[in-house]
Amino acid sequence: MSQKKNDDVLVRITSIEGSACVVRGDDIDTDRIIPARFMKVVTFDDMGRHAFEDARKAAKGKHPLDDPRYSGAEILVVGNNFGCGSSREHAPQALMRFGFKAFVGGSFAEIFAGNCTSLGLPCVTLPSDQLMKLMDSVELDPAQRVRIDLEARTVTSRAGSMAAGIPDGVRMQLTEGTWDATRVLLEAGDAIERTAQGITYFQA
Amino acid sequence: MTSTAKPRSLFAKVWDAHRVRELPSGQTQLLIGTHLIHEVTSPQAFAMLRELGLPVRFPARTFATVDHIIPTDDQSRPLADDLAEAMMSELERNCRDYDIQFFGPATGAQGIVHVIGPELGLTQPGMTIACGDSHTSTHGAFGAIAFGIGTSQVRDVLASQCLAIAPLKVRRIEVTGKLQHGVYAKDVILAIIRKLGVNGGVGYAYEYAGAVIDAMSMEERMTVCNMSIEGGARCGYVNPDRTTVEYLRGRRYTPNDAAFEAKAKAWLALASDPGTVYDDVVRIDGGAIEPSITWGIHPGHNLGVSESIPTPNGVPDDERAEVEEALEYMDFAAGASIEGTPIDVAFIGSCTNGRISDLREAAKIAQTGHVKPGVRALVVPGSMAVREQAEKEGLHEIFRKAGFEWREPGCSMCLAMNPDKLRGREVCASSSNRNFKGRQGSPSGRTLLMSPAMVAAAAIAGKVVDVREIAPDAATKR
Repeated sequence: MSQKKNDDVLVRITSIEGSACVVRGDDIDTDRIIPARFMKVVTFDDMGRHAFEDARKAAKGKHPLDDPRYSGAEILVVGNNFGCGSSREHAPQALMRFGFKAFVGGSFAEIFAGNCTSLGLPCVTLPSDQLMKLMDSVELDPAQRVRIDLEARTVTSRAGSMAAGIPDGVRMQLTEGTWDATRVLLEAGDAIERTAQGITYFQA
Repeated sequence: MTSTAKPRSLFAKVWDAHRVRELPSGQTQLLIGTHLIHEVTSPQAFAMLRELGLPVRFPARTFATVDHIIPTDDQSRPLADDLAEAMMSELERNCRDYDIQFFGPATGAQGIVHVIGPELGLTQPGMTIACGDSHTSTHGAFGAIAFGIGTSQVRDVLASQCLAIAPLKVRRIEVTGKLQHGVYAKDVILAIIRKLGVNGGVGYAYEYAGAVIDAMSMEERMTVCNMSIEGGARCGYVNPDRTTVEYLRGRRYTPNDAAFEAKAKAWLALASDPGTVYDDVVRIDGGAIEPSITWGIHPGHNLGVSESIPTPNGVPDDERAEVEEALEYMDFAAGASIEGTPIDVAFIGSCTNGRISDLREAAKIAQTGHVKPGVRALVVPGSMAVREQAEKEGLHEIFRKAGFEWREPGCSMCLAMNPDKLRGREVCASSSNRNFKGRQGSPSGRTLLMSPAMVAAAAIAGKVVDVREIAPDAATKR
């Protein structure tokens, strides 16, 4: 991952390059990414080893996350509406701790995408024909390098260089290193209290 | 509004009032009025706060309860499950350390976070509300802008009382006409999701309106708003009206009589202005909605009780693979009737349908028969207050007599983080909100979402039936 350290706090994420893994299918929900029973913990430490656990067990070793050809993949390529359902940040935490640093998909559920941004994990989209090409290419040649360039807004692989979608604001948060929002929000200082003073229910 | 002011939606009014500033990213720094927390998605947020050495900015605007992991049989401490006990203890510690009000079982006000917020009057029109739970959209029933957030954002709200968030477009969904008897709020939202898709709402807030929504009680509106997220919309709301105001009168956190009328007037003024221009408008004929049931692996996979399960050849190309996957998981025959599908478990409860009116409707059906031998049937009230009210009305006796188990409040078998789980390939008729693979605690368990009355009817018949036929007089008439 190309991360330019600005100072002690800001980590700019401008591009991600690595091998990729393909998990096909639309509407893959966060219960499937991390089943609820693994959330009975007060830390995220163990999430990585439970990523897609039930789906992997059901696939009896044939799930892409267990496919040795994808071992060490840093980019996960997925279908439409990936990460729908529960708001659990445990889902992107599990995928991040499994080793993924970015996602390419047809579309992403809103809360999942927001959680990814908070963790510095880019989610970029491709039109369906391009996505299919990328999926086919990665499946054919899993060893190839795939590069997500947030500045150029492209996904480049052996299938070619494709124009990728990412909301402007999110792209800026990642490339400017302001994706970890707490610091940015606190910079507003007293403006927070001033806004609160104008709202009657805050005074109660 | 003066004649020159541009008409605004409720969404825009609430958003503008809570805007702290525009961020360089183009997002809004939005002040969050009410922050609700629970034991599953908050502990890591407090850990991050400790690591950063930050205080909670407005501890009086955060409220906590325990719901996901709490057992519904024996809630005595320490909880039998060590992991659950550790989570509950951690929440108690965090609330103590940061001076946050905790509505635990000892307060008599514990319950599912989206049930107790409205019940206590914490949820009010015009508020921004956030909670580390996707069903936070429930609170939109009051004309609040409420959305689910992840744990890092829970940390953001604790630290700054704000979120960095991009404004949403607004889609008005008008449900016109009048519902048939035996058709409930649950059927309305399932029909909406079926029409617009499970990702149709991405980027939108849904404004629910029309004669059907106007005629709904607050609890019914909560059911509709609750499942906005199942349609991809992280936020859904109903404009406040007299129904909203009357629900809030006399609640613990609403103003007393003298101040209440002024407050009510301000609330009513928040409704979207006449002439508001929406990003999209959708109309649905409420009279055509049937009792609805899911047949597949997401809430968009639903149909009316008289319809047949889809065939892979009968759907558009881009849906075929998913329909095949769903049929394989559910082990249902393509083209078969959904009515008559045998069930093993019946679950009445959850933040979608665990309120007193839900239990009343289910009890009306329960008193027409007895749970079919071999079916496990659970009634889990959404909160201690719901449970108490139900017992006052004798509903617990009706359920018990009919063979249902009467439980303590919690999220229970909606997501099975407590001991209430499906086993193996069991099929569950469920009043909850998600029929995802493995959702109810068994990696191969199967969920059929439906209204609480339909669940009760299925429990008695041992299979999916049309509540309109089993008890035409018991099903709600409108």
